[in-house]
Amino acid sequence: MTTVTGTVVPRRDLRPRRLPSWSPALVAALAATVAVLAVRLGGLLGGGWALTTVVAVALFLTGLGTASRLVEGARSARDRVATALVYSAFTLALLPLVSVAATLVARGVSRLDGTFFSHSMRNITAFDSAGGAYHAIVGTVEQVGIAVMITVPLGVAAAVYVVEYGRGGLARAIQFVVDVMTGVPSIVAGLFVLAFWVLVVTPVINDGRPGYSGFAAALALSVLMLPTVTRSTEEMLRLVPATLREGAYALGIAKWKTVARVVLPAARGGIVTGVMLAIARAAGETAPVLLVAGGNPAINFNPFRDSQASLSLFIYDQAGLASKYGPPRAWTAALTLVALVLALTVAAKLLSRRTRLPR
Amino acid sequence: MAKRIDAFGVSAFYGSFKAIDSISMTIEPKTVTALIGPSGCGKSTFLRTINRMHEVVPGARVEGRLTVDEQNIYDRDVDVTAVRRMIGMVFQRPNPFPTMSVYDNVVAGLRLAGVRGRSTLDDACERALRRANLWTEVSTRLNRPGGSLSGGQQQRLCIARAIAVEPEVLLMDEPCSALDPISTRAVEDLIGELRGDYTIVIVTHNMQQAARVSDRTAFFAIDSTGEPGRLVEYDETSRIFSSPRVKKTEDYIAGRFG
Repeated sequence: MTTVTGTVVPRRDLRPRRLPSWSPALVAALAATVAVLAVRLGGLLGGGWALTTVVAVALFLTGLGTASRLVEGARSARDRVATALVYSAFTLALLPLVSVAATLVARGVSRLDGTFFSHSMRNITAFDSAGGAYHAIVGTVEQVGIAVMITVPLGVAAAVYVVEYGRGGLARAIQFVVDVMTGVPSIVAGLFVLAFWVLVVTPVINDGRPGYSGFAAALALSVLMLPTVTRSTEEMLRLVPATLREGAYALGIAKWKTVARVVLPAARGGIVTGVMLAIARAAGETAPVLLVAGGNPAINFNPFRDSQASLSLFIYDQAGLASKYGPPRAWTAALTLVALVLALTVAAKLLSRRTRLPR
Repeated sequence: MAKRIDAFGVSAFYGSFKAIDSISMTIEPKTVTALIGPSGCGKSTFLRTINRMHEVVPGARVEGRLTVDEQNIYDRDVDVTAVRRMIGMVFQRPNPFPTMSVYDNVVAGLRLAGVRGRSTLDDACERALRRANLWTEVSTRLNRPGGSLSGGQQQRLCIARAIAVEPEVLLMDEPCSALDPISTRAVEDLIGELRGDYTIVIVTHNMQQAARVSDRTAFFAIDSTGEPGRLVEYDETSRIFSSPRVKKTEDYIAGRFG
């Protein structure tokens, strides 16, 4: 106690009372026990597992909050409840992701064999056990690859124009069109390429016959990828500090060289992320491929001639078969598709890591 | 090799806002000229008109004539990149290119202007870093990213980068305001060493710095908020700091306003 001119100033306690560190675990165990007893065994609320969990979490939150309020005070109670809520939300968000991954692996392993990756579906019916997705993997890789080759230069160039050069009307118009394109449903992109490329342009060079091909599918995927690539590149270019551009200009470096050698490298990490998002979206598209590539049970390496399959189309076909051999093939193809996109993402991240902007 | 700069009635605008009004002054070759004045008085804007960096800002424009050895840099047929290669610039905050190594930063101006040849670039890099008093500190880590150096080293890296393209004029926009006293001292020593070869124009808020490094000092001020900045007094540094002709200069230097 210190005394200041006669009045007693109470000592401020800098170490308030805290619940012991094991108390959240204890409250959790109690809440789980009560929930299981009341809901599972007592039959309250129908007795399902999902509702038992919800009741347990609710009990845990109220229990911990009350205990904390009694011992530690209102501010600590709010802190503990908010922390618990954030962790619950995190778990809830992770649940579908883990569930999808687990289901894919569990159901996909049955056909995860050499035949699957080395054979097509040529001469294989719904009631044959063999068959594979080699033709579909070839199709997906070629179609997405061509689409990337089309969209990356085009999308990056459009973003560079809008951010670095565009003044006024044209730049705003491009931005508007890109925003509208973001919302184009994939089936519409497919119909556009069908009506424009397959039915009008290709017959001219193809003796009047419409030319279904993997390239047509790549065109449709490009329509879907272009706005994603353009928008993300735009945002990344805007994040590059103006001082970097000025530093380059002050050295007497021409504007286009500044953009190519200073601004774009600084934004590379973000641009790669945008391209990967676009690839992930395009690789899973079924409708446009179905419309303009037509699907093909045999291997077709040439994307410019004749129909071609793709993994998403393969999944669609096999999943609908009323046989015990079709659906397992679809699951394995789905697992392959996810693994393919994941591998690409990891590779791209590793490649672009060293160019991240320092803070 | 250094150049004489003459400004004739230079006014600069940001959109419709007039930032500086009709500045006329002569900057002598191979001297250090300091621009001082309160914030917002247009000294940085004037500095940026000297190498046509002002117009980089959207909506910005310049009126008047600014000649470097009798060539008006604002003539219609002048190549902006040639102007900027002749008149280099160092900024307030160090801005090394983050994706480039120390070496690549120094030779960026040469390489992107089309200079090839490993030995030419190696020589230019070492020469520029030695001039910037940075060679002994970074010669063993030329391949490290430019951003990995300390703030003071980064600023000297930016000076090395600017002098690697062999400009004749060096503009410095508050080059020490983000640096600690030791790094400031290093940069000031460097300015002293460069003075014999380059025409240097430095904007500074630090009046001791202006007094220490410059031969001539120009005092800029605004009459009131929203008015354009103007040149109040321009004279030998010793004269400005001992017996200025204008009352406003005296007040500013004595700390009575601004």
